[in-house]
Amino acid sequence: MVEKLNQNDNFLKGIIKDNPVFVMLLGMCPTLGVTSSAFNGLGMGIATLFVLLMSNIVVSLIKSQIPNKVRIPAFIIIIASFVTIVEMVLEAFIPFLYEQLGIFIPLIVVNCLILGRAEAFASKNNLISSFVDALGMGIGFTIALTLLGAVREILGSGSLFDLKFVSENANTFILFILPPGAFIALAYLSVLFNKVTKTNS
Amino acid sequence: MEYILILIAAVFVNNIVLSQFLGICPFLGVSNKVSTSIGMSGAVLFVMTIATLATYLLHQFVLIPSGLDYLRTITFILVIASLVQMVEIILKKVSPPLYQALGVFLPLITTNCAVLGVAILALGLENGSLLKAVFFAIANSIGFALALIVFASIREQLELADIPKGMKGVPINLLVAGLLSLAFLGFTGLA
Repeated sequence: MVEKLNQNDNFLKGIIKDNPVFVMLLGMCPTLGVTSSAFNGLGMGIATLFVLLMSNIVVSLIKSQIPNKVRIPAFIIIIASFVTIVEMVLEAFIPFLYEQLGIFIPLIVVNCLILGRAEAFASKNNLISSFVDALGMGIGFTIALTLLGAVREILGSGSLFDLKFVSENANTFILFILPPGAFIALAYLSVLFNKVTKTNS
Repeated sequence: MEYILILIAAVFVNNIVLSQFLGICPFLGVSNKVSTSIGMSGAVLFVMTIATLATYLLHQFVLIPSGLDYLRTITFILVIASLVQMVEIILKKVSPPLYQALGVFLPLITTNCAVLGVAILALGLENGSLLKAVFFAIANSIGFALALIVFASIREQLELADIPKGMKGVPINLLVAGLLSLAFLGFTGLA
């Protein structure tokens, strides 16, 4: 781990071993808040992936210029700038998603996953490693959100990515698209995730 | 009457943690003891109220007149981060006992999305005024405190329960939070 990071492992750790949602429990607010459908989960995941990627790149490029004492405020400004970009782009080009995600877009700033990676990884590693780290973590986050969104959408509205596969007036578990369903679905998904990853290793 | 409705809506109907999913990190992180959860709630009440006051004024008198509304996210998070630092320093000087009680929680609050979330939501209130925004912040921090303290007391009991191996730790906590949220769903339509 000292000099040469194996980029393959570096990439994969974000998806399985250190999955931000299921293992590290970072960024729980958007995870629970926007995943009432698979599409929203995917949208939030990609928005976070973009911010994470850009902030890790910038932080690792200018890490030697930032005085140690003010590094956290500096990281927050870098992250907030990219969040503002995402906010404006979404509002202009995908207004539907912008409405759906609502307050959780500006709240990407306080997603502990992004600040956590800037502080724990990008401020100590070179550009390429930081890029790969952000890519892995971001994809791990996106997969988790899409999965949770898909489970909730299938159970709660009987559809997946807005494609309905039950009849119009069939009874579905509406509970799962309501707030309690987010907690319950995530609880069982993380049991399942632990079970699968533990038996593999 | 309007203010009572805001209070009931924020505490029970749209509880900030259990139905709006803001502040989940401290909700899951510092809820293993009732005493720490009370300390955290106090710190949140304090910071959320001051932060909303500051950001509301900043938004009304600086950002809107100069047409810089798009800088909202950046300025708000900076204001909140520096405010937390300032509160910490002042508290240390002025009231050491209060600092003793809240001190450890203050740095954690910068990344508590409930604070930024409420500051942004307070801008969107109907017929908004400064008083209403501040009241909204207080009401939401009471909602946060209620959810956190109830959850912490359940978790204290859970220590003694016999939990299946795979469910131990995070999953059982999430499940308890889910049931708690289900209970709060019963308040829908109250306000």
